[in-house]
Amino acid sequence: MQNHVLEYLDVTVKKVPEKIAFANETDALTFQDVYDQNRALATFFVKKGLYKEPIVVFMNKHPKTITAFFGVINSGNFYVPIDEEMPRVRIDLILDNLKPRAIVCDEKTIEIAKEFHFDGELYLYDELAQTEADASLLNEIRAKAIDTDAIYVVFTSGSTGVPKGVVACHRSVLDYIEQLSETLEFNEDTVFGNQTPLYFDACLKELYPTLKFGATTYLVPKSLFMFPIKLVEFLNEKKVNTICWVVSALTMISAFGAFKKVVPEYLHTIAFGSEVFPIKQFRIWRETLPEAKFTNLYGPTEGTGMCCYYKVNRDFALDEAIPIGRPFKNTEIILLNEENKRAGVGEPGEICIRGTSLTMGYYNNPEKTSEAFVQNPLNTAYPELIYRTGDIGKYNEYGELVFVSRKDYQIKHMGHRIELGEIEVNVNMMEGIKLSGCIYDNVKGKIVLYYVGDMEPAELTMHLKDKLPRYMIPNYTERLTEMPLTPNGKINRVFLKEKYYADRG
Amino acid sequence: MNELLDILQELHPEIDFETHEALIDKKVLDSFDIVTLISEINNEFDVAIPAEEIIPDNFNSAKALWALVQRLLDEE
Repeated sequence: MQNHVLEYLDVTVKKVPEKIAFANETDALTFQDVYDQNRALATFFVKKGLYKEPIVVFMNKHPKTITAFFGVINSGNFYVPIDEEMPRVRIDLILDNLKPRAIVCDEKTIEIAKEFHFDGELYLYDELAQTEADASLLNEIRAKAIDTDAIYVVFTSGSTGVPKGVVACHRSVLDYIEQLSETLEFNEDTVFGNQTPLYFDACLKELYPTLKFGATTYLVPKSLFMFPIKLVEFLNEKKVNTICWVVSALTMISAFGAFKKVVPEYLHTIAFGSEVFPIKQFRIWRETLPEAKFTNLYGPTEGTGMCCYYKVNRDFALDEAIPIGRPFKNTEIILLNEENKRAGVGEPGEICIRGTSLTMGYYNNPEKTSEAFVQNPLNTAYPELIYRTGDIGKYNEYGELVFVSRKDYQIKHMGHRIELGEIEVNVNMMEGIKLSGCIYDNVKGKIVLYYVGDMEPAELTMHLKDKLPRYMIPNYTERLTEMPLTPNGKINRVFLKEKYYADRG
Repeated sequence: MNELLDILQELHPEIDFETHEALIDKKVLDSFDIVTLISEINNEFDVAIPAEEIIPDNFNSAKALWALVQRLLDEE
C-alpha cells in the first residue's frame, strides 16, 4: 500500500522522464529534473542530520520551489512554505512558532532572509541541487516512513493575531489526491494552469496529481490575473485544459468581457471554490464553454485541501448559491446542531468533518488544536476526532449540502481565509489607536475598517501593510469619534454594518 | 481627473497618484484594485472599459488611465 506521496514520482519518472512536470512562462523542469534535484536536496538534508523537522522553503513561485518541497519530504522532514508577499512581522511570528533549523532560499529571497530573527542555516536551492544523491541513504529514510508522518505545515489566519500552522500528513494528502483525481477525472493528458499561491494547501490540487499521472502544471504569472485577455492567451498558448481557481480569478475574466475577444480553446475542466460564484458570471462561463465540466469545491485547510464537491448539472437563479454538494468518498460531513446532535432535515448545523482527510492539528498549539479537533460527540465508545469548521450548512431539497454562514468573524476574501479579529488585533496594537472594528461588505467584497484614535486613515493603512499580507488590508478605512458598542461592551458590528450600508451602500 | 484621483486615493491613501508612473510595474495595484477601479470608473463616468483596453499601459499611471477614460468618452 502506498504510504508516501513521492511514490507517485518514483513510478512516473520511469514512464515519462523527459516530459515537462512543472513550468512557468520561461523555465521548465522535466520529471527527471524534479526527481534528480529533489533527491539531491534530500541527501543534503539527511547528511545535515535533519529528520522529522520543519524545513522552511522561502522562494519565489517557481518550478524549483515545488521541487524543494519534494526534497524536504524525501529527507523525512516536512516543508513550510513562506513567501515574499508575507510581511516581515508575519514571517517572524511563523519562525517563532516553528523554530526551524533550515531555510531554503533562492538568489533573491536569501537577501531578505538574512534579516530574519532566526538561529538556523540559510541555504541556496541551486547549491543544494549540486549535491550528489545518495540512494542508499534515501532508501533508508524511506524504509522508515509512516503515512501519518507530517508532510507540510501551512499557516492560516488566526483571530488572536497569531497565524496557525496546519500540519498535514502523507495519508490525508494521498486520500485527498486520490478522491479529487477520481472526481475531476485527471489523467496523463491533464495540463493544469495553477493560479493559487504555493504557500497554501490550495496548490495540492495541481502538485500531486501532476506527479501521480505524469501530467503538466504551468504556473500562471500572478500579474496576468489583472489582464484578462493576456490571461486567456496564456492558457491557449500553453494548451491548459484544467484549472482549479478561486472564484474571483474566474469572474475577473468573465466580468470584463474578455470572452468577446478570446476564448479558452483547450479548457474542459474548471473547478472553483472558496467563495460564492455569482450566477451571472457563472452563466457567462457556461455559455462560453458549454462542453466543459464545472465543479464547486469546498473544504478548510484543516481537512487537507477540499473535502466536498458539487458537479454543476442544472441552472441556478441569479439569487441562488451553487451547493457545496457532497463529501468526497472516504469523508463524512456531520452537521451538528447547538445541542451537539445531528441536525434534522433542513435544520442548519455546523459542518464537521470525519475521516482520513483530517489534518493532525496546529503546530505547537495544543490549545487551538483541542478547540477545533474534538471527539466526535456522536461516538462515546472510543477516541475519534472530527474537525469543527465553524461553517454553518444545511441540506437543500435535493439532499445537497449548502453553505449558510459562519459562526464567527471569519471571512473569505479574494479566495483567502481571513479572521477579521486578526486585522483588529493588529490595528489595536498601533500607538494612538483606541479601538477598531472590522466588517465585511459581502456584496462588493470589501473589508471595511472603522477605528477610533489619533491617526489618519492613510497612515494607518501604511502601517498595516508592514504587518499584514496585502489581501488582509482593509479596502475602506474610516475614523470615528466614538465606537458603537453593544450593551455587553463589545464592538457593535451590526451597527457598523448598518452604518456602512447607509453611508456607502 | 480629480474624481479619478479620489477613487485611486481611496484604494491606496499612501500613494501619490499624481506623480506615480509605474503602478503596475511596481505592483502598487493588484487584481482586486483593477476590478474595483473598473467598476468605480463605470459608476462615476458611465463608461465601460472594454477587455482589450485592460492592459498594463493603461493602468500604470493616473494620467494614462484618465487619458483612456477621455478617449472612451469621446468615442461614444
